[in-house]
Amino acid sequence: MKANITGPDTRDTDLERSQLRAELAETWKTPRGLWGALATVDHKIIGRRYILTAFVFLALGGILAALMRIQLAQPEERLIGPDRYNQIFTMHGANMMFLFAVPVMEAMAVYLVPLMVGTRNIAFPRLNAFSYWIYLAGGALLWLSFALDMAPDVGWFAYVPLSGPQYGAGKRADIWAQMITFTELSALAVAVELVVTIFKQRAPGMTLDRIPVFVWAMLVTAFLVIMAMPAIMVASTSLILDRLVGTHFYNPAEGGDVLLWQHLFWFFGHPEVYIIFLPAAGMVSTMIEPFARRPAFGYLALVMALIATGILSFGLWVHHMFVAGLPRLGNSFFTASSMAIAIPAGIQIFCWLGTLWDGKPLFATPLLFIIGFIVTFVIGGLTGVMVASVPFDTQVHDTYFVVAHFHYVLIGGAVFPLLGAVHYWFPKITGRMMSETLGKWSFWLIFIGFNLTFFPMHILGLQGMPRRIYTYQPDMPWHGMNLFVSLSAIILVAGFLLFFLNAIRSARSGAAARDNPWDAPTLEWATASPPPSYNFARIPAVSSSHPLWNRSDILAVASGLRTDRRELVVTSLVTAEPQAREASPRNSIWPLWAAIATTVMLIWSIFSPWAVVWGSIPIAITLIGWFWPKGTPEDES
Amino acid sequence: MKERVTLDLSKLPLHGMGTASVTWWGTLAFMLIEGTGFVLVLAVYLYLMSLAAIWPIDAPKPDLLPGTLVTLILLASLVPNVLMSRWAEQQDLRKIRIGMVVMSLFGVAPLIVRIFEFPALGISWDANAYGSIVWTLLGLHTTHIMTDLVDTLVLAALMLTRHGNNARRFGDVQDNAMYWNFVVATWLPIYGCIYWIPRL
Repeated sequence: MKANITGPDTRDTDLERSQLRAELAETWKTPRGLWGALATVDHKIIGRRYILTAFVFLALGGILAALMRIQLAQPEERLIGPDRYNQIFTMHGANMMFLFAVPVMEAMAVYLVPLMVGTRNIAFPRLNAFSYWIYLAGGALLWLSFALDMAPDVGWFAYVPLSGPQYGAGKRADIWAQMITFTELSALAVAVELVVTIFKQRAPGMTLDRIPVFVWAMLVTAFLVIMAMPAIMVASTSLILDRLVGTHFYNPAEGGDVLLWQHLFWFFGHPEVYIIFLPAAGMVSTMIEPFARRPAFGYLALVMALIATGILSFGLWVHHMFVAGLPRLGNSFFTASSMAIAIPAGIQIFCWLGTLWDGKPLFATPLLFIIGFIVTFVIGGLTGVMVASVPFDTQVHDTYFVVAHFHYVLIGGAVFPLLGAVHYWFPKITGRMMSETLGKWSFWLIFIGFNLTFFPMHILGLQGMPRRIYTYQPDMPWHGMNLFVSLSAIILVAGFLLFFLNAIRSARSGAAARDNPWDAPTLEWATASPPPSYNFARIPAVSSSHPLWNRSDILAVASGLRTDRRELVVTSLVTAEPQAREASPRNSIWPLWAAIATTVMLIWSIFSPWAVVWGSIPIAITLIGWFWPKGTPEDES
Repeated sequence: MKERVTLDLSKLPLHGMGTASVTWWGTLAFMLIEGTGFVLVLAVYLYLMSLAAIWPIDAPKPDLLPGTLVTLILLASLVPNVLMSRWAEQQDLRKIRIGMVVMSLFGVAPLIVRIFEFPALGISWDANAYGSIVWTLLGLHTTHIMTDLVDTLVLAALMLTRHGNNARRFGDVQDNAMYWNFVVATWLPIYGCIYWIPRL
């Protein structure tokens, strides 16, 4: 093998602290200006963009929800017509699931996981840049179509035959299907990056039992993405084929089957719920430690519960299809498995309660959101056990009871921990603290507003109010409750506005944050707030599961990495023994070109199958440009 | 926070091979994604078959010749592929260059036979659900051969340049060979499904 190293020794062993930092800053920097912004592969910059974009989509989806609540506030309301209403509830669901919930969890991981495992960048950082552009393009496609009054109107799960060629005229269902392709592509890319980062880039000594629980949660989530998202890509692709080139997957007249769609969709769709929930559970397990001021109770049980939930999540999908007329035995099996998943969820809840019980709780905003989460999620879990039973589900299927249930588990189970996490990691990301006063106000407004808005929906559902209706007649007994719900939603909206206000204000003029303002034990707090481009001047050497709680004034680190090329440590899978000083790719504009070429191909293919043939050529060219070696020091071996 | 150096990494290699390489793991993860996709499409085939009164629906059994020929070519390609992976491990650039050219040809050959394999299915994709699923199975696998062929061609060109003599490239060759093994391995259940299940 040819040794490529020529010239002076550029390893960091003998460098002074300030010179080491200066040299690393030069090697890892993102240049100022537009070109630098477009070409950056820094996981922190991309993670920040991802988080911000996802919150913009949350706000947009929230506006749609508010519109629906105005429309439903009284019977025979004429604000929104039936066609626009169909678009609005479809957009609300698709936007919240595909453009907000899944991306925001992955976005938090893109930012935090490399810091928490003590490395300098995510694995495959250019793929990371590519995934963000693809995500942005998918979101833009959906919202531009809405602006043009041609948004999908077939529900977020786009059941056939409604979305098929016979009933779904125009291009609305195709836009839904292609938005799926965009978002799943970006989600799968991030999942691969996370798996490899967690497997191979952990700091030396961070054995499997020393990985922070949030990182474990993201590992399990990434595997769920990898195993579940191909199902929705198969589904959406076959739907487009049915609509564009006349295949018959979902046409019963020619041997196809409409229930096939439901199977494929929910084989993805149920794990999807845990793709959203598991990161939130991981956030709670990690955040609870500094606020309970003790290590989380039952580390092994928490990790095993995450893995068990992940495995069980693939055995539940039929509980979305209880009224579709499947064999009794199948229904019974899926009732049992749906109830079984309450066990790992319960284990985690008892671990968190145990942690708080034995700790000295500090009731800062993040902990308030954790407690709000536990309360709300338990209610959502209980109604989950209720709808897992076939007779009960048959009664409330497609009613507001189900709407109430999944908002309890998704907002209570995922958004509450996420908001807590934003307050918690905000100082790390921005270098400034969020206001505690505004934080507490926003928590109480959101918590009270949420429960007042969504709890009555259980009752509306039991009273028989169906989902997805754009209005109802005055003789139905739903009027008073709907008005109450709509008025309560004002409190919820006020809480979210206060949260956004707090975040924007604090980012500009919040109190400066120390490196570790919460006295937390994990590695992201061992570096500056916000972290420098290279994350750690020297890679930490880990010898316990709470590295910053051992001897909080001294951090054990490793030396010997080069400073003239982007270098990080690759370690072994189980014991995290150092294996190589691996290069990490430099900034590159090619991921953007590749994303643009992919976007052109995917949108063109809504209109013509030949797009796949001709559109692949520019994609291939951009990928070659991306991977062709540029003779930088990173290419040395 | 004060730092104390407790570990010296300066002796580590500048690049890891095999399981010490991040691209190796990345390739494996993408294989898992695509493998899941293949399994799901096979499941759709079996699902549609379970609903049909007769299978194939309104079509003859697919002609065995082109598909079997593709199978034989793919199986034969494993020999140079495994050899090339071994040469990459030994970092023998001269042999790798020859191997890459051979593997490029082995990428083209099944595609030529595929031109005849689609008509040999004996049904169009838009005739009925049976036609749709067999065309999708074959099309999905053909896409994989094509993408790996493009990858092989670019890598072959790269190995002929000054960038070729680099452990990083040898790792790329190994990953590419691993991916080709995957393309061959996924074909076997698809071949069994398309050609032999209707004959059971």
